[in-house]
Amino acid sequence: MDNGTLFIDTFFKRELIVRYLPDILSGMAVTIEIAALVVAAGISLGLALALIRSLRSRPVNALIVVFVDIARALPPLVLILIAYFGLPNVGILLPSYAVLCLVLSLLLAAFAEEIFWAGILSVRKGQWEAARSTGLTYAQTLFHVILPQAVRLMVPPLTNRTIAITKNTALGTVIGVPEILNQATTAESFSFNATPLMMGAVAYLVLFVPVVIAGRYIETRFAWRRA
Amino acid sequence: MEAILRQFFNAEIMAQAAPLIFRGLGMTLLVCAAVVPLGLAGGLMVALAGRARSRGVRFIVTLLVDIFRAAPPLVLLIFVHAGLPFAGLRLSPFASVCIAFFLNNSAYYGEIYRAGLDSVSAGQREAARSTGLTAWQAMAYVVIPQAVRNVLPDLVSNTVEVVKLTSLASVVALPEMLYSADMARSLTYNSSPIVLAALVYLALLWPVVRLMSRLEHRLGG
Repeated sequence: MDNGTLFIDTFFKRELIVRYLPDILSGMAVTIEIAALVVAAGISLGLALALIRSLRSRPVNALIVVFVDIARALPPLVLILIAYFGLPNVGILLPSYAVLCLVLSLLLAAFAEEIFWAGILSVRKGQWEAARSTGLTYAQTLFHVILPQAVRLMVPPLTNRTIAITKNTALGTVIGVPEILNQATTAESFSFNATPLMMGAVAYLVLFVPVVIAGRYIETRFAWRRA
Repeated sequence: MEAILRQFFNAEIMAQAAPLIFRGLGMTLLVCAAVVPLGLAGGLMVALAGRARSRGVRFIVTLLVDIFRAAPPLVLLIFVHAGLPFAGLRLSPFASVCIAFFLNNSAYYGEIYRAGLDSVSAGQREAARSTGLTAWQAMAYVVIPQAVRNVLPDLVSNTVEVVKLTSLASVVALPEMLYSADMARSLTYNSSPIVLAALVYLALLWPVVRLMSRLEHRLGG
């Protein structure tokens, strides 16, 4: 057997592709489902936290800062393992799927809060004062004057962070969530062949390359023209 | 409440696991010492290659950067560690981690350097060239130092991500901090060792995170 066929047989074996395609596809469905949940929950929670922070109550803000800092400093896998193995022993039984969603949503919420807050701070104080002096309420000022101006600054980092955290759905394999990577490694150990791993990698590329390209487009679209 | 303390903050178990976890910390630091410089150097090469005159080179660089930004690091790691042996390439966990993270980190650092290089105006390079510096000298002594200074906060924040990333090495059985902590967890059937590892990560990274968020807010305000 020459090197070419050996390579094909190792990474692109046809019968294995056919056999494991349904598994990889079901893994893709799980990955998409978790990613969608995490993005929706994480970004809305992050926005809510930033809005609460803008009320500037000292004790509440201290709590938010501690939460955000801890989430930014800890590796996601550490949090996933603590939640997955620790919670059942204190009487909270969650399926691995829920643990993954919960941890990733909280992480995204922390990063999103930080980005939203930096965006809100970036709008000059005069804008607040001017808006309030025209008779707009606090909420009206926030939603009609401040946030629209802050969006330009928030969108690029928020897209990048969202992509990075949704890619962490792959960590679910460690606690047995049947997402793409989990399906691929299971199939690999059954077939003793690297083809399923290649399929898993391709599945991630199919899902995330368009997202990365869209992210780059958004980044240039929303960038401030620097002097 | 007591159950929570016993399960997550059990001092006795933490004390037992501490030697193992600190040995793991040594490995974590060793991995960082290998992976961060590799990524920084690879990223610089990626950014410079992305400015090549040839369209073909630029296209290939963009393609590779997009691929390695799209693939989750754990997928790369498992591919290198579990996939390549089938092609006859058996690597130690440490080497697998270095290769997988080199590919991933170079793409990320590369994007940051690219933004940095873009932020230095063309006049700087032209002025440097007109004083008689060669193209490489102008790049190395004039453009790159300014570029790095402009994106320093992003480089630091990406480095925090890289340090956190090293915890994935536990999946391929490299005995770094999380791996050691998880081993202690499975022996004691108690989560306190992982909490201890989390505290060590916090001690390492919290000061940097705090600094970053102050910098970000200052830039914003």
